[in-house]
Amino acid sequence: MTRWIPVTMFLLSASPAFAAAGGQKAQASPVWREECSSCHVAYPPRLLPADSWRAVMAGLKTHFGTDASVDAKTASDIERFLVANAGMRPLRSMDGTPPLRITTTPWFLREHDEVPASTWKSAKVKSASNCTACHAGAEGDNFSDDSSGRSGGRR
Amino acid sequence: MKHPVPVVIAIVTLYMASVTSALAPRDFLSRFETAARASDPAFTPVAARGAVFFKARHGTDWSCSSCHTDNPAAVGRHAATGKVIQPLAPAARPDRLTDSAKVDKWFRRNCSDVLNRECTPREKADVVAWLLTIR
Repeated sequence: MTRWIPVTMFLLSASPAFAAAGGQKAQASPVWREECSSCHVAYPPRLLPADSWRAVMAGLKTHFGTDASVDAKTASDIERFLVANAGMRPLRSMDGTPPLRITTTPWFLREHDEVPASTWKSAKVKSASNCTACHAGAEGDNFSDDSSGRSGGRR
Repeated sequence: MKHPVPVVIAIVTLYMASVTSALAPRDFLSRFETAARASDPAFTPVAARGAVFFKARHGTDWSCSSCHTDNPAAVGRHAATGKVIQPLAPAARPDRLTDSAKVDKWFRRNCSDVLNRECTPREKADVVAWLLTIR
């Protein structure tokens, strides 16, 4: 039995931040989906830890170069959903603050290490935040589908 | 009860209006026009001025067109993320300019991105006037 522990640890480490509590996909909050998917895919809460989501929600007025502010009630509803379903593994940026970009997390970098720089820069992709350019099912929280033809996606 | 049908229709219409408070795109034109007249009683919205405003840059990297394209009847793409943005013109997308909270939210945010300030009622009235001319 004990010989399985390292294997299990490895498998867990391949999943984003050990996934949310219970390993289930979050029961989507309508207000979260409505607000967060206006400008980008509504990124699944499990992809960042709770303190990252708190920092994101505290800075919506200057959200990656755009004003994404929402009213106080909406902000509090969204934050509650994000924190309740956040990834379990703590993450820190080099400067000790919670990372704000999913694309800088070790999990994201590992999962996409075979993607060449030219792909990220192509007109179709435009930005690493554009999940649907390669993961056609990303809007529905399905990252296993990969329209680029390679096997992969979320394992 | 000589004219029960019109009375019933009137009551139902009032009831529906109070429940859904559905607004038409023209209501937003009136709203911004009225607000603009508070400081300039002679103000009249000008669609052509709205088109120029929409396509011009106002001191930042983005114009309204950066995401919405120069044609409000066309599908746009978010300038940073590439996400598809449905057409702005009510003629192309009937739910546009029908929800007060959404209209206010997006003018507030997007004017902040494009102008680094709120848009004035004059600017909003001109842009809405232009959007309503799109067929």
